[in-house]
Amino acid sequence: MRRQTLTAWALLLPAACLLVVFTHGPVLRTVLATFYTTPHGRLPAKFAGFDNYAHLIADPIFWQALRNNLLYAGLTIPASMGLALVMALLVNGRMRGRGFLRMAFFTPTVLPLIAVANIWIFFYQPGFGLIDQIRGLFGLGATNLLGQGDSALYAVAAVAVWKEAGFFMIFYLAALQAIPQSLIEAARLEGANALQIFRRVIWPLLTPTTLFVAVNAVVNAFRLVDHIYQMTGGGPNNATALLFYYLYQVGFQFWDTAYAATLTTVLVVVLGLVSVGQFLFLDRKVHYQ
Amino acid sequence: MIAQTDIGRQSGSGPASPGAGLRLSGLARAIAGRRILDGIDVTFEAGALSVILGPSGCGKSTLLRLIAGLDAPDGGTIHLGARDLAPLPPAARDIAMVFQSYALFPHLTMAENILFGLSLRRVARVDQARRLARVVEMLGLGGLEARKPAQLSGGQQQRVALARALISERPICLMDEPLSNLDAKLRAEMRSEIRALQQRLGLTMIYVTHDQVEAMTMADKIVLMNEGRIEQEGAPEAIYAAPASRFAARFIGMPPMNLIPGAALGLTGHDAGRLIGLRAEDGRIDPQGLAAPIVAHEFHGADLFVTIRLAETPVMLRLPARTGLPADGILRLGWDAGALHRFDPVTGRRLTEP
Repeated sequence: MRRQTLTAWALLLPAACLLVVFTHGPVLRTVLATFYTTPHGRLPAKFAGFDNYAHLIADPIFWQALRNNLLYAGLTIPASMGLALVMALLVNGRMRGRGFLRMAFFTPTVLPLIAVANIWIFFYQPGFGLIDQIRGLFGLGATNLLGQGDSALYAVAAVAVWKEAGFFMIFYLAALQAIPQSLIEAARLEGANALQIFRRVIWPLLTPTTLFVAVNAVVNAFRLVDHIYQMTGGGPNNATALLFYYLYQVGFQFWDTAYAATLTTVLVVVLGLVSVGQFLFLDRKVHYQ
Repeated sequence: MIAQTDIGRQSGSGPASPGAGLRLSGLARAIAGRRILDGIDVTFEAGALSVILGPSGCGKSTLLRLIAGLDAPDGGTIHLGARDLAPLPPAARDIAMVFQSYALFPHLTMAENILFGLSLRRVARVDQARRLARVVEMLGLGGLEARKPAQLSGGQQQRVALARALISERPICLMDEPLSNLDAKLRAEMRSEIRALQQRLGLTMIYVTHDQVEAMTMADKIVLMNEGRIEQEGAPEAIYAAPASRFAARFIGMPPMNLIPGAALGLTGHDAGRLIGLRAEDGRIDPQGLAAPIVAHEFHGADLFVTIRLAETPVMLRLPARTGLPADGILRLGWDAGALHRFDPVTGRRLTEP
């Protein structure tokens, strides 16, 4: 019995070592770092209790980043998921040029977000960007969507939707193709129209996919900030500062590592709670095969 | 959406009487240039169980889908009584269907599955409950109302599919190989149960299968199909007694009818060049008969299936097991002259005497 336990531990040891060194260790160190000050040169880190958390609560930029991020998530998640579903339904049907459309919808997913950001910078370029050129055709004036506080967040949200919808489409498309044709036919025989077939047969059978995509969309809404870095740098006047981008600025531009660790911890806890909530809330509504 | 019409009632004003038979004429269907159905003319009588029988790929399921309206024919017409079904969508055809895969909605409970069509048509809740109770009782599904299809056995799923077809109270019920996913014992049970239900409710049932035992035991009429055409139609007894072609002779009956060159049976005249059919049970041991070596035999309890060889043609006979086999391994085969069937060796069609 004892021998067996020892053997088991010995077998687990290599994997455990890797996990401890690269995952659990850093997590622990990050959490510990939130209770210390940031070391500066010859000034070592000092125990600071909850000072970092107090600072966070008093930090107006943190609250703005949180507000920005919630709005950004509220815009990009439903829009990218809805668009993904519409595109999947479109390219799942029998139609000419289906292969080309599928490829076109999926292309943004393959591009790196940095490249996508550069494409969109061109679209948004005041005066001679794509959007202003089109506006010019209708005699409308130039815009500066990225440069203005009231439109910048929407402009970067559009980029994220464009980038993510194709990726989510793949999951919906796979799920649609797994629905047996005979179910649709049985519904048709019972007199269901296209909308009823969608609402009463297809949508319920897509719920596991929807849950999976939703969890991913939430995580991505807080995690993907490459385009912010490239397009606005969080500006103007922090209008596009998202939590993760602000964290990056604090950690790697201002080198306030202790405060960055605090932001990280809070972000992870918030995301974890959201995901757990999603599963608890949606799991009851999800039908698994 | 709100102005959804009640399809059942709408058609009820028309000739939805159970007295209407289903008539197909010149029905054709090609997929990607290949002819699947080639001019099908047949009438399915009201209140009868008609079985469309044929090997896989003969077009029988395609035919059923055309009747249901799930696919459109490339030619020909479908009439229910005097009504042309061609312009009608599937739901307006007064036709219910049981799919081979059952097509139960996996996210709905058994009761919701059965009531799917009624709730779409906004039938009053009281009526829904009454009709549900009736079919659940009829099919012995009581107590399973809240179960999802995954929690039901194959036989129960089959019954739910049947219940969903019956609750619509449509006069015509199509069945696409409904028993092919069940084990042998359950299949035999369901066979007689479906037949009893059909007769009790006076349904016009069109039943597709590749299993000739199902066809023989259940059908009022068999429509035998081969390569997109109707080979023969008629009562099981009639087809068995006088198969119209070599295909019908081999497909109907277990074991299949022996087809022997006339010369090998020692026949003379016209018959020498014909293909002669002899049912296994029509051969007997006769001291004056044709001598043939025994190749194999199988014991089946009451019967003994004996294979002999007549000039390179294996011939299977069904003899009473009590008679036993000749000790020398040579069987002397005799038959009644009236038991022979004659077929044209080239076209395979049945030839009338002599």
